[in-house]
Amino acid sequence: MLLEVKHLTTEFHLKKGVVNAVDDVSFSVDKGEILAIVGESGSGKSVTSLSIMGLISPPGRIAKGEILFKGNDLTRLPLHELQKIRGDQISMIFQEPMTSLNPVQRIRDQIMESIMTHMKLTKEEALRRTVEMLDLVGIPSPEARANDYPHQMSGGMRQRVMIAMALSCRPELLIADEPTTALDVTIQAQILELLYSLREKLNMAVLLITHDLGVVAEAADRVVVMYCGKILEEADVKTLFTSPMHPYTVGLLESIPRLDDERERLSMIRGMVPNPLHMPPGCAFSDRCDRCMEKCRKHMPALVPVNGSKVRCFLYSEEVEEDRHE
Amino acid sequence: MPMLKFIIKRLLLLIPVLIGVSIIVFVIMRVFSPDPAPIVLGQHATVAATEAWREANGLNAPLHIQYLNFIKGVFTGDFGTSYYTKTPVIREIMARFPATIELAVSSIIFASILGIVIGTVSAVKKNTVVDSAGMVTALLGVSMPIFWLGILLIILFAGVLHILPSGGRIDPLLRPDTVTGFYLIDSLVAGNMKAFVDALRHLILPTVALGMYSMAIIARMTRSTMLDTLGQDYIRTARAKGITEGKVIRKHALRNALIPIVTVIGLQLGSLLGGAVLTETVFSWPGIGSYTVNCILKSDFPVVQGVVMLVAITFVIINLVVDIIYAFLDPRIKYTREEA
Repeated sequence: MLLEVKHLTTEFHLKKGVVNAVDDVSFSVDKGEILAIVGESGSGKSVTSLSIMGLISPPGRIAKGEILFKGNDLTRLPLHELQKIRGDQISMIFQEPMTSLNPVQRIRDQIMESIMTHMKLTKEEALRRTVEMLDLVGIPSPEARANDYPHQMSGGMRQRVMIAMALSCRPELLIADEPTTALDVTIQAQILELLYSLREKLNMAVLLITHDLGVVAEAADRVVVMYCGKILEEADVKTLFTSPMHPYTVGLLESIPRLDDERERLSMIRGMVPNPLHMPPGCAFSDRCDRCMEKCRKHMPALVPVNGSKVRCFLYSEEVEEDRHE
Repeated sequence: MPMLKFIIKRLLLLIPVLIGVSIIVFVIMRVFSPDPAPIVLGQHATVAATEAWREANGLNAPLHIQYLNFIKGVFTGDFGTSYYTKTPVIREIMARFPATIELAVSSIIFASILGIVIGTVSAVKKNTVVDSAGMVTALLGVSMPIFWLGILLIILFAGVLHILPSGGRIDPLLRPDTVTGFYLIDSLVAGNMKAFVDALRHLILPTVALGMYSMAIIARMTRSTMLDTLGQDYIRTARAKGITEGKVIRKHALRNALIPIVTVIGLQLGSLLGGAVLTETVFSWPGIGSYTVNCILKSDFPVVQGVVMLVAITFVIINLVVDIIYAFLDPRIKYTREEA
């Protein structure tokens, strides 16, 4: 396994109380695999990715768990060790290409900074590599565009630059946090296509964070569905789309508009995501679930393996999660 | 050359600014200042002598004629002569302005370096003891009267510790030949290290006293823009690259935060160049500030007019320089019509 996240709990100490943005989350990513984490805003998917990068800053902190990258626990590494891995073996692209690049530095310098931090290259070699990377991500006339400042580029171009920067040191794991959300649909498809082809070319694993099931269907090998900081279901992408198990996943899939749809109105999941400061005592989804039972409101079901997938629901197993909150 | 065009345009704008400033200072001096004649000639001067003096200095003409005469002089580089010393105003100013510039520039250097360091450290260590200490220092700097701080510094460093001189620009025996009027430069030109060190030692206390206020303003500005910048997405990107935190702060955060800070530094320098009356008085610094106040009190019209015009020009030019620095700091700023 390239990356194994075990029982990760990331909490935020707010004035009104402690919020577990990520609550006992475990998953793993294999070499060359694309794992998607899906969830609504506030489901903890972005916090999960920032936790892996060690970019959680106060009032947040990783409270429990291990993040094993090639066997090393990243949560225990001192900052300077982590900095050697960041941008080199694990790199990340963010949701907001418009604001994620330094506005006062040339594209060239921003990518070269990454390269020269991790690789022993001369300036000329780093520049050559920068141009190669820009070419690889499909930026036309890369030598010239390397001298541009971010404001001279469109959102799609800037996201390509971000990808070029992230891939410049040949990472083994790329974390893409909503890489296409801020982009036009046509650009979205191009960027996904790009990620997909680069994964093949460079044989890297991708952790794809998204709320867009369309993106998941297109790109991912395996899917983790998160809700309120917990994993509700984990399955390979075909299984998830053909036979979803958790009522939440079913609801998500039913709320996707489709061309061959005969329905007048899209179905939706009723209710709202609960306030993280006042979580229901049982299953976090119980208030919104059409198949909610008595015990769903009292106990949190455990994440159990079912038919090669994993699901957290009493419809499939009676097993109750041990109360870890003493 | 869009930049050159911009500079020329801004310099042309100096003309209306100077006309406005000249009218204001001209009118204010003549309306609110006491008649200079009895001050110059003494209380017991005869009416005839007073009249003759007024005539000779053109003060009997109607106000607008007086103003036009003044402007005519300005265009030929003649600001008139001081009523008291009979020296041309230009020469009076040139004898003192270098002292003011020397003090103002050294103060702003002191204020910028210390202010940016304190502000940055406070922002990075937000809500810690270090941050509080930094901001208390800044608050003290803003609220402490300059003359009082000056006196305290003199008592401590000159009076008690005897390590720094209490006033003046240089030991008169060491004074270098005047080339630029800046003693630090003149002594270096002359190769006189002893004079250079002495001038430097004289500069320290007034620099600190005068620079404290600007330092505080710059520190507070730096802290708030740094806090804003540190929360930006590109800072997260920089951290994700795996570069050290020091590099994140210097190369990414501070570089972006610098843009508004430069404005504040420019404004502060402008007001310091206007003359620091209190500091110059406390440290017997022979600059333009205390001299001008004297001239105002003595109704020395030509000198006051000359000084005010000079300060206005300086202010406009500093602002221009700040705008030019902007373009270097922020590539998004282009001074061309098309992109404006």
